[in-house]
Amino acid sequence: MPEAAAEQPAPEVVDLKEPALAALLGWLIPGLGHWYQGRRAKAVLFFVCIMGTFAYGVCLSSSNAPVDNKKDTTIGWGRTVYFSWRENDRRLPYLCQIGIGLPALPALIQANRMANNQKVWWHGFMAPPWPSKEAREAARSAGHDQNYSQPTLHDLHRQLHRYFELGTVFTMVGGLLNVLAMYDAWGGPVAPPPKKEDEDDSDDETKDEAQP
Amino acid sequence: MMGFLLADGQGLNWRDGDLWYALPLIIAVSLVYAATRHERMRPILLHAGRVALWIVGFMAVVFVVLGLISWRL
Repeated sequence: MPEAAAEQPAPEVVDLKEPALAALLGWLIPGLGHWYQGRRAKAVLFFVCIMGTFAYGVCLSSSNAPVDNKKDTTIGWGRTVYFSWRENDRRLPYLCQIGIGLPALPALIQANRMANNQKVWWHGFMAPPWPSKEAREAARSAGHDQNYSQPTLHDLHRQLHRYFELGTVFTMVGGLLNVLAMYDAWGGPVAPPPKKEDEDDSDDETKDEAQP
Repeated sequence: MMGFLLADGQGLNWRDGDLWYALPLIIAVSLVYAATRHERMRPILLHAGRVALWIVGFMAVVFVVLGLISWRL
């Protein structure tokens, strides 16, 4: 009983400053909203846990393996974090990954460059793969061969094996966890409901107090 | 009795098993979840421990159920 009472959080006043701004900062960088609010320990905890999960997922989905046995092209980094809304390649996991904010935003830049037939940056970091070899060849025959060296989705699955899915899960979980952290920055910690025994005790106390 | 643990006659490879990838996820999820419930570190860590135990227990139940379903398949 005393142990349970010690675990029961004491009602604590948390200065949330500007909750909306804190939530926005928390979306951009995990923990930044809490840092802004002065909740430094939780800021560090959120940053380490969420960014660690996301970064591990990015690492899992990276490889120096060549594409199609060509030495000048490699799979590259962060291949599971990409945005694509093309036919037969609607990347729904990105809707979860974007929850982590700034770290997932390069994917939008890369998708935009790919769609506009501009060469993708950073050796294809978070760039969307070609949906198929046919699409890649079609783009080349249309005179857009800036991104011809980029792998296809099939290449990613073949080279990364199960790490493509594992990386996707880790980065998705990282993004979703940051939504929880953003909510905490906006509204403060969710107080657990009071235990029934405590309620009964408090009722008894009020009854006792009410007695003359 | 524990035959359902065997896969292809080689048994489960605990060192190289993909199940280990769940460990960092369990730690991160339980810590972040607990941190959204408390403000101080001690209750956060205590709550995270309980959440992690729940997750592991749930996974163990699913593991046993799947094992029993696939027993002698």
